[in-house]
Order: sequence, then C-alpha cells, then structure tokens
Amino acid sequence: MAVKRMIKYEVERDPQFAGWVAGVIGGERVRNCIQCGLCSASCPLSPYMDYTPRRLIHMAREGFKRDVLGSFTIWLCTSCYSCTVECPRRIRVTDVMYALKRRAIEDGVYPKRFPIPVLASEFGAMIRRKGRVTESWLILRVFLKTAIIRLLGMSKLGSKLFFSGRMGLVPESIRDRKQLQTLLDAVETHKEVAA
Amino acid sequence: MKRYLYYPGCSLRGTGKAYEESLLAVFKALDVELEELEDWNCCGATAYMAIDEMNAFALAGRNLALAEKKKLDLLAPCSACYLVLNKAQRYIKEYPKVAKLLDHGFKAAGLTYTGTTKVRHPLDILINDIGLDEIKARVKRPLAGLKVAPYYGCQIVRPYATFDLTYYPVSMDKLLRAVGAEIVDYPLKTRCCGGSQKGTLPEVGLSLIHILLKEAGRRGAQVVSTICPLCQFNLDAFQDEAGKKYGEVSRPVVYFTQLLGLAFGFSAKELGLERNIVSAKRVLVKFEPVAA
Repeated sequence: MAVKRMIKYEVERDPQFAGWVAGVIGGERVRNCIQCGLCSASCPLSPYMDYTPRRLIHMAREGFKRDVLGSFTIWLCTSCYSCTVECPRRIRVTDVMYALKRRAIEDGVYPKRFPIPVLASEFGAMIRRKGRVTESWLILRVFLKTAIIRLLGMSKLGSKLFFSGRMGLVPESIRDRKQLQTLLDAVETHKEVAA
Repeated sequence: MKRYLYYPGCSLRGTGKAYEESLLAVFKALDVELEELEDWNCCGATAYMAIDEMNAFALAGRNLALAEKKKLDLLAPCSACYLVLNKAQRYIKEYPKVAKLLDHGFKAAGLTYTGTTKVRHPLDILINDIGLDEIKARVKRPLAGLKVAPYYGCQIVRPYATFDLTYYPVSMDKLLRAVGAEIVDYPLKTRCCGGSQKGTLPEVGLSLIHILLKEAGRRGAQVVSTICPLCQFNLDAFQDEAGKKYGEVSRPVVYFTQLLGLAFGFSAKELGLERNIVSAKRVLVKFEPVAA
C-alpha cells in the first residue's frame, strides 16, 4: 500500500488560478463560501465524486489547480442546479463547474477517452455545422469514439427506438446556417479582442 | 383564441417525439394556437456551456431574437431548452460583458434583441393562462383511480422558480388531479435523473434511474408522469437494464401531456403512447377510447 500525504501545502497553490475562479461568471461570491456543505448534501452525484462539491469549491478558490481540473467531480456534474439553489452564500456552483469543465478541456487535462468531454465536443461540432442536433447520429459518433463495444450491446434497444420512430436517421438542420455561423464567429472574434 | 410561439427543440423531433405529439393534441383540444418559431436552432442544452460559454449564450440568443420579432410568448416544453433560454435571457441582462459580446454577434448576423422575449413552460401556460376550470371542462374520460408519481426533474423549477415552487412543485399535480388522476406523494419529484450520464458513465446513470423508479413503486404509483424528454428517455429506455442491475422496477413512464390527452379522449396512437419502450398499455388501456 502506497503511503500518500493527505494534506495540501500552501506552496502548491496557484494564486492566479484562484483569481481566475473568482472572476468567472457565477464565481463572483466564491470567496464567501462558509463550507457549510449544503452543495454536497443536495448533490445527487456526490456519492460518486472524488471531491464533493464543497471540497472542490474550497480547493478551486484556494488555487489547487491540478487537483481541481483533474478531478472526476467536474465531469460528474449534470447541471441539476441543486447546489446553486441551496447555497446560502448565493454562489452559483453549477456555473463554476461549467467554467472548470471548459478550462479542463482548454488545458487538455481531462482523462483521455473519457466520454463526457467527447460528448460535449461532438455535440458542439454538430450544432456548428447544422444548427440542430440529431440525437441518433450524436449517440453513434460518441460511441464510435469512446466505446465501440458498448454500442453492440445496445443494438437491441437501438432497434426498438428505431422502430418506434424515436431514432430518426435523417439529419436535422436549420435553413440559415450562414447566419448562425456568422453570429458564432463574430462572438468568438470579439471575445478574443476583449481578452 | 390564445396564441404562442412554439420552440420544439431537438429532442421533441427525436427521442421525445411523443411529447410533441401529445402536447400539440392537448393544446389543440384547448383551442390554443401554436406557431412554430421559424428556423429555430438548438438551444445548446447542458453540453454547449461546457465548451464555449459566450457561444452558448449566442445560440440561445438567436432563438430569443427570432422570437422577439413575433411579439408572442415562446413556449419551450423541453426542460433543458426552457432553462437555457431563460438563463441566457437573465445573464444578458445581468452581465454587461455577455450583452456586449452578443451585440457584436447579433449585429454581424443581422439580428436585433432588446430583451423582451418571454419564455414559458407548458405547465405555466396550462395552469395560469388556461386554468384548471377550462381543463376540467374538456375531460371526456376521467383518469379515475390512476395512481401517478409526478416527476418534474431538474431545470424546470431550478434554479429559477418562475411559476412553481423550487422544493416541491405542484403544478403538474394540480393538472393531473383536475383530470381525475390520483397523485401520490413523491418526495423525489425534483431529483436529477442523471441526464446524459447513462450514456457516458452507465453505472452512475443506472443507479440514479433506479432510485427514482423504485421510490415511485414504493409510493404505490402505477405510472410515472414526466415533463422532460431526457427524463422520460432515461426512465423508460433503461428501466430494464436498471432493473437487472439493482432489482426489478417495472413502471411505465409517460409524459404528463399524454395523460391529459387520454382524459381529453385522444387515442394512445394519437398521443404517441405506442412509442414507449416499457408499454403503458396494461395500466392505461381502460382509459383509451373504445373503437367504434
């Protein structure tokens, strides 16, 4: 059994990261956290997390960047907003989780072949191309990239869904794709200018 | 005649087809006209926010801008759409940096948005605009004796309680009671179904699905009534798998609009009930119209 240090030292903090966390949308009041734990208690996913939301928020605002961005916690969050509603200090925990997901993807530090970031990016790419999501193709693409074996196990359910008319294979699309792309590109460009 | 703009969202054109079918039937029976928002795009759901925050607001923003031109309330039946559109609208008002960036985007794309679009949920419209008396008056076949677990899921009353209570919403309870059903006390009514976790982390998703179904059974519900296409999909399509892993749970999961529709006299087929993976036939057959 490997022996591991169980507490963190202050020198391991990244103050810049701590500042970034306090500046994200929804994180404005993160320094007001009193560690009451209502976020963790109300979170339906916390039993599966490596750090509960309460711990994660504390670690994030102190700047323990590597542990926070490498945690499973942020990918387990389903954005059900229980924590956000419960928080007596009005910290928008769900928004902070979103910001941490984006940062982990940007920094490329999420677990490889982990299906959740793959789902997010396939979803994003499909919307950029078509303006709408065709669920059948989205599911197919995610499984092809992450777990081809599991796709075979789902063929029975897949065919049931297909025959009940719930898995249309005709890709959905909007008409004015150019307008949508212009909008997204313009926001993107100005974001870089503003930064 | 009441008129609304209708924003179906991607799921109601895919796995949630039956939600659209039953919703349109119910609104038609109540003489409510729905005009589909022309060229609507995906709201971005929960996933886009994890990729690009500002573009997530822009995606929702295009729909808000298209709807504003029409000067009608925007009906968004899917929970994710309802939340995302509401949230975008609020954050555009609250955060000047969001508003400023979107303004650049809107201008480039030839759109305008001043912030007046009202995003509404079918529960809100049915309770507050149409009213329970009107709904009671349309009942042809009361759902007498049917025990229903009303399942709201997340995002409808969280984080914004716009038309119902955050901790214990009751609007669906009232509607279903108005058409004769018996509502069981279901304390998990706003607990998360796991969203897309069933696809990405199966054992986690299955456990959340199982907890919800098991509790519905323990409370004596014959059927679970949902308002969200993803909740319905999870609880219906993976029920068999959840049962095999954690103990049997056999409970049809339907949309609240399908139950209202049955009471209004529509057939199972018209309401898309035949699209269920776990058949609701056994429980609901006595409320179906008798074939002539």
